[in-house]
Amino acid sequence: MPRLYVLTQTHTLSLSTAKVFSFVNLIDSKSLTKPHTLQVFRPPLMAVPVDTITKPTPASSTSTLRFAFGNVLAFFILLLIGVLAFSIRLFSVIKYESVIHEFDPYFNYRVTQFLTKNGIYDFWNWFDDRTWYPLGRVIGGTVYPGLTLTAGTIWKVLQSLNIPLSVETVCVFTAPVFSAFAAWATYLLTKEVKGTGAGLTAAVLLAMVPSYISRSVAGSYDNEAVAIFALIFTFYLYIKTLNTGSLFYATLNSISYFYMVCSWGGYTFIINLIPMHVLLCIVTGRYSSRLYIAYAPLVVLGTLLAALVPVVGFNAVMTSEHFASFLVFIVIHVVALAYYIKGILSPKMFKVAATLVVSVGLVVCCAVVAVLVAVVASSPTKGWSGRSLSLLDPTYASKYIPIIASVSEHQPPTWPSYFMDINVLAFLVPAGIIACFSPLSDASAFVILYLVMSVYFSGVMVRLMLVLAPAACIMSGIALSEAFDVFTRSIKFYISSLSESLQTDAGDIVSGNSASPQNDAIKTDKREDSLKERPSRKNKKKDKEIVEKPSVKSKIEKRPLVLPVEASFFALFLTVLLGAFYVVHSVWAAAEAYSAPSIVLTSHSHDGLHVFDDFREAYAWLSHNTEVDDKVASWWDYGYQTTAMANRTVIVDNNTWNNTHIATVGTAMSSPEKAAWEIFNSLDVKYVLVVFGGLVGYPSDDINKFLWMVRIGGGVFPHIKEPDYLRDGQYRIDSQATPTMLNSLMYKLSYFRFVETDGGKGYDRVRRTEIGKKYFKLTHFEEVFTTHHWMVRIYKLKPQKNRIRGKTKKSRSKSSSATPTSGTKKNPWH
Amino acid sequence: MGKSPTTKDDAQALFKSLRSAYSATPTNLKIIDLYVVFAVSTALVQVVYLAIVGSFPFNSFLSGVLSCVGTAVLAVCLRIQVNKENKEFKDLPPERAFADFVLCNLVLHLVIMNFLG
Repeated sequence: MPRLYVLTQTHTLSLSTAKVFSFVNLIDSKSLTKPHTLQVFRPPLMAVPVDTITKPTPASSTSTLRFAFGNVLAFFILLLIGVLAFSIRLFSVIKYESVIHEFDPYFNYRVTQFLTKNGIYDFWNWFDDRTWYPLGRVIGGTVYPGLTLTAGTIWKVLQSLNIPLSVETVCVFTAPVFSAFAAWATYLLTKEVKGTGAGLTAAVLLAMVPSYISRSVAGSYDNEAVAIFALIFTFYLYIKTLNTGSLFYATLNSISYFYMVCSWGGYTFIINLIPMHVLLCIVTGRYSSRLYIAYAPLVVLGTLLAALVPVVGFNAVMTSEHFASFLVFIVIHVVALAYYIKGILSPKMFKVAATLVVSVGLVVCCAVVAVLVAVVASSPTKGWSGRSLSLLDPTYASKYIPIIASVSEHQPPTWPSYFMDINVLAFLVPAGIIACFSPLSDASAFVILYLVMSVYFSGVMVRLMLVLAPAACIMSGIALSEAFDVFTRSIKFYISSLSESLQTDAGDIVSGNSASPQNDAIKTDKREDSLKERPSRKNKKKDKEIVEKPSVKSKIEKRPLVLPVEASFFALFLTVLLGAFYVVHSVWAAAEAYSAPSIVLTSHSHDGLHVFDDFREAYAWLSHNTEVDDKVASWWDYGYQTTAMANRTVIVDNNTWNNTHIATVGTAMSSPEKAAWEIFNSLDVKYVLVVFGGLVGYPSDDINKFLWMVRIGGGVFPHIKEPDYLRDGQYRIDSQATPTMLNSLMYKLSYFRFVETDGGKGYDRVRRTEIGKKYFKLTHFEEVFTTHHWMVRIYKLKPQKNRIRGKTKKSRSKSSSATPTSGTKKNPWH
Repeated sequence: MGKSPTTKDDAQALFKSLRSAYSATPTNLKIIDLYVVFAVSTALVQVVYLAIVGSFPFNSFLSGVLSCVGTAVLAVCLRIQVNKENKEFKDLPPERAFADFVLCNLVLHLVIMNFLG
């Protein structure tokens, strides 16, 4: 038995590093050439978890030794997997520098800085007045604290151990460390479902899956870095509780669920998936008391713990996202009661009870359901939040909430992105589903349900491919492990029958050939395997007799499917090659596609590497050349970075919780200069920041985002009409552009003095045309800073003029014009 | 016509058989059942109080009701694990089941005290 255990270890090793090693081990292993006493032949895809097979047979010290060896090998493999997961995410640190990437991580970084500086009480009560001016933002109540608390704790612990890492370093490296933990959690989860071999395979697949790498590179300091680990670990504890029925694991499960609620808004996935699974088990007749122990304490404790987190608060009991768990809570109690009464009554009485209960219960049920439906239907969104609705109905966001629709990571994924993000796993997953059905246990039903749900949600939003990744890795790990089992078993069978044929005794051959394949009368749905003692190859008639009977029986019941040896060698080689392709692709994706910090851009030109550090240049200029209290207006993408790096108050940032405020900024950007000046002046704005990529060909600049500004602004202020900015339904900035477009603030601020760069042509490299209006002056704004590659341009609002020239209304005298209508700032230009 | 007396008879016969079957359960399980009934009735009292007085402060109400429901659920889990007729748990020592019960209750009440406000 332990030998098979060792073999499964070696074939997972082949996936990660030594591809040839497995062959050597197969052929060279002494155990294969010895006359075997321990050999397991199972029908393929019969999922007896390997570690139950590895219960050491009593009396054999070699088997305990092999068992121990297998355990040690598994431990070292896990260690290596952790190191692999950590190091594959370090490409950005090596290629660029240890810097925080993107936009959202800068906010998390700023919050962590505040936490480490001021302590946890100030953090809980923090009201941030440097963002969403003049509204401010309650940070303590609107942020998911898991990530920042984790990083803050790590920093604190390191400081107390006198390891002086800066907060930024801790933040940058949190994600790779937790991805190593996530790989180990995947191992634990898959071990509970299928066994150690599948566990190791799934762990190594998760360590490298590109979808997870994309959100957890070193520097991507975002919620998902920690949340995916919490997700997998919660699922593992749930399955463990389901398998063992221990209340201790149920407690741990609730605590882990609490950690997940702290970390990410995606916790609603857990609290809806687990009730679905419980319902599935009840409906398919798999109800057991372990199911009750796994589910009921989780609901009560989990709801309480979720309500503890300020972001969730009373939403834990009031929003539709949680209703499923309460509903199934009631259902499972009804079912438990029914089973209990069935147990203590005689069948006849139970029938009577059933009819009685059904007639009464139906009436009560209908009444309750009617009340519930009335309550839920009375709220306009049926109790669901906007984000959840946009997940359930993919067209919802584009119709009602343009802000959610405009975020690029909320778009549906394209077909190639599946192959890019989970690569080979995309077609290993169906094989894994079939393998899960071979004995369908509660745990494998759960994994199948998890996979199906996550596939649906990943089809709605590209960002949720991340939730699909662990499910795909688990399934593929199961599939690969089963495949390897079949191939190696065929090879072993062949080799054993080879060594059989070398023996001269014909009777031996007959008995060996007939007895050895018949050894798997393994019952498929009990975890305790009824593996029988294999016959010794020595010629013991007594053993033969004992074995003959059950072996004859098993011969009738199950025939082991063993492939011909050439086919299995070739298939083994191909499977290893498949793993090699996966590894190559993952490393390429990690190095080239997902390691860009997006705050520093590079391009390869004929004279080497060119670095574009314009963003940090602009933020540094802002922090050094403006007053501390100056307000900066820009599109919401750059809000977090501005507050974190430039340390200036911003009007809108990436949190996008207030649509009207964003629409105000959008309207200002779409209006002519005068109207925009008025809007910005009413918000006390001093500086306006625009991002412009036309000189260097940077495609994510504000002109490309302009249409969203128009749409969002037009959604709140009806005088902004999108067709005004389009010519023939097309969006242009060249000479064919509409006058509204050419007069808008965004156009003017982006292209002011642009013709000076290429001698009068004004060729925009991103839009690939020459611009429409080339020579113009700004009347209400003045340019104060443009970065080296013209990527960030900062303008200052010109102050009002002292004297009002020209006609004044109602011919006031000069003295009375000195007393203005109090409070309102009169616009001097009209 | 003939149905209603039979239903009544059926109901009475049902009650009798339920009673006789239940009285056969061992005493320790009956104690646990009593505790469950006590906890659930306390929760009902709190809900009635909410209907009378109103829902402020809501977090206190939630923590009160959920603590009652929580201990009831945990007691049911304990009963499942201690019940000798349950084949799945026959090699679980009742001391271990009780220790798990105490641990889970500790965590539950820690959270309750925090949330009670």
